[in-house]
Amino acid sequence: MENSLRQYIDLYHANRDELDARSAPVINTLRPQAVRVLEEMTLPRPGADDYEVIDLPSILGHDYGVNIRRVPLSVNPAESFHCGVPRMSTALFMLVNDRFGRTPDSLSALPEGVEVESLAVMARKRPEVVADYYGRLAVMENPIVALSTLLAQDGLWIRIPKGVKVERPIQLVEILGGADNLMAVRRVVIVAEEQSDARLLICDHTIPSARDMMALQTIEIYAEAGARFEIYDLEESAETTRRLSSLWLRQEKDSHVLINGMTIYNGVTRNEYHTRFAAPGSSLRLFGMGIADKDRLVDTYSRVDHDYGHCHTEELFKFSVDDLARCAFTGLVKVAAGAEKTEAYQSNRNLIGSDAARMFSKPQLEIYNDDVKCSHGSATGRLDEMQLFYMRTRGLDEETARLLLKQAFMADVIDKVEIPGLRERLTHMVERRFAGESAGCHDCNSECPTFRN
Amino acid sequence: MLKVTNLHAEINGKEILKGINLEVKPGEVHAIMGPNGSGKSTLSMVLAGNPAYKVTGGSAEFYGKDLLAMPPEVRSHEGVFLGFQYPVEIPGVSMMNFMRAAVNARREYFGEPPMGAADFLKLMREKRAVVELDTKLASRSVNEGFSGGEKKRNEIFQMAVLEPRLSILDETDSGLDIDALRIVAEGVNKLKTADNATIVITHYQRLLDYIKPDIVHILYKGRIVKTAGPELALELEERGYDWIKKELGEE
Repeated sequence: MENSLRQYIDLYHANRDELDARSAPVINTLRPQAVRVLEEMTLPRPGADDYEVIDLPSILGHDYGVNIRRVPLSVNPAESFHCGVPRMSTALFMLVNDRFGRTPDSLSALPEGVEVESLAVMARKRPEVVADYYGRLAVMENPIVALSTLLAQDGLWIRIPKGVKVERPIQLVEILGGADNLMAVRRVVIVAEEQSDARLLICDHTIPSARDMMALQTIEIYAEAGARFEIYDLEESAETTRRLSSLWLRQEKDSHVLINGMTIYNGVTRNEYHTRFAAPGSSLRLFGMGIADKDRLVDTYSRVDHDYGHCHTEELFKFSVDDLARCAFTGLVKVAAGAEKTEAYQSNRNLIGSDAARMFSKPQLEIYNDDVKCSHGSATGRLDEMQLFYMRTRGLDEETARLLLKQAFMADVIDKVEIPGLRERLTHMVERRFAGESAGCHDCNSECPTFRN
Repeated sequence: MLKVTNLHAEINGKEILKGINLEVKPGEVHAIMGPNGSGKSTLSMVLAGNPAYKVTGGSAEFYGKDLLAMPPEVRSHEGVFLGFQYPVEIPGVSMMNFMRAAVNARREYFGEPPMGAADFLKLMREKRAVVELDTKLASRSVNEGFSGGEKKRNEIFQMAVLEPRLSILDETDSGLDIDALRIVAEGVNKLKTADNATIVITHYQRLLDYIKPDIVHILYKGRIVKTAGPELALELEERGYDWIKKELGEE
């Protein structure tokens, strides 16, 4: 077995009772399987297929603490959190490390029957329901999934009942923080029932600290027949944060899903998107961006399986890589033999800002059907000199011109955002990010005392 | 206003300008004509400060200041404007944001506070009228999806906003139908004052029917080989550029 995984398995064996006692049987029941998988697992080295730049053995080799006893932070940010974004009216929930929180009026902002709850609480209350979904989509052989299954104690449960349209966006603020090195393990399960309609915004933050912080996350999304669901996953963490996230999506007939994963500010990030059309007539819009400078790393992997015909995928990922940063895009669209009338368009565009910056791009199409419309493309380059000159002849200095062009580069990903107010906020955040001001706390306008630490 | 002396410039190691002499005074309209490849566009790029071009000799003074030592944005603030032959598309940057940044950059250069939103909108409205620029174009990205005529009108619109002391219009007539040409030329004429000057660079005489030059130069192989009054443009139109080549003893 892999050395860097040993510590987690040892931790599990030594604390198994405590781990289970502070979680729920539905979650606990998958741990032994995770152990078996991890015992056999060899972690991919950087450069391995689909893991071109990320160094999992090294990242997982750090000594993080896991808060098995689930000692809460001394303050509860959820109680005083106010999202200060103009015109952003959301139903707000929180995961502080893996601890679920809500404000007094979170639920009243949502239609009756919509469930947004601690995963562990729901798994104890209605185990037969949660068991149908928890761990059913995520493939255990994936390192992020296996490790999060081994150690997860809680997370988030969302169920949008059949036919319910949720007007107000659901916002999940994730906060990673603590006095010592910490790995927070989160599991998120989302069930968008038939003909439902909802949007989720995740803001992933870290309380800035010199400690090594790891956010390990697995999200499973079930989009049932006719459902519409949008998920925006926005990372504004810290340089010391490592984030390993894997998202799993299954789309039933005539469902329409939008995913937008944005890494504005981070340390080391791996985002995986595993999606599957399990019936005809559906569409997926899969977007993302990464802004990386200094020695940051953003590694994105996507796989879209067209198992059935008459489905439509539009995929666009953009990265801006500066200084010594490295980014990767590995994307596979696989069209099965029976999936006639598939339309799939995949695109990756990248901006390189320095000689030492590195972008790895591997767009792939695998098509086993003749009756399809598919394309893929990748382009990586520097800012256009003629554009820069044009702007300077109108009086913009070079730095301002570069800034505007970099912002403009990300504009089409931001334009894909459909939550009112969020597009403007993102434009502002990206502007500040490129201007060299760190995002994170002061950008969040949070009143939360934790953020002031 | 502008005094260019023995200007030499190259791009990618190839010398294009081989000793340009040119003097422009306030109130004047100069036309620079010449066959393809003679260095017309290079001259405009060098005067505007395109870093891709290297000045290898000579000087250019603008109101007594060393123009060649200024970065492009400072030349703009000082009052030099280049209307591009091929206006550049900038997807993702809206015309409004672009012009606001341009206007405020200049104000900052002169120690003035940024322009208020209401004043800015009023300015945009006024200047759009100069070239009958569609309001819709203002909300779009810079030049993106503009027709050839719209792009050229957009150049003159920007010129109207920036109120340059010296406008260099590089092949502003290329790709324009007769109506667009008339609108663009009328725009240029409206902006004409006794204090500013225009250099019209063109291959054809056609544009000069609308923008009347005081002085016409012929640029050939990197040098100005002939300078005369407006009648020179007509003569060129009649006799073609071969006539110049013959006169220079070339065949």
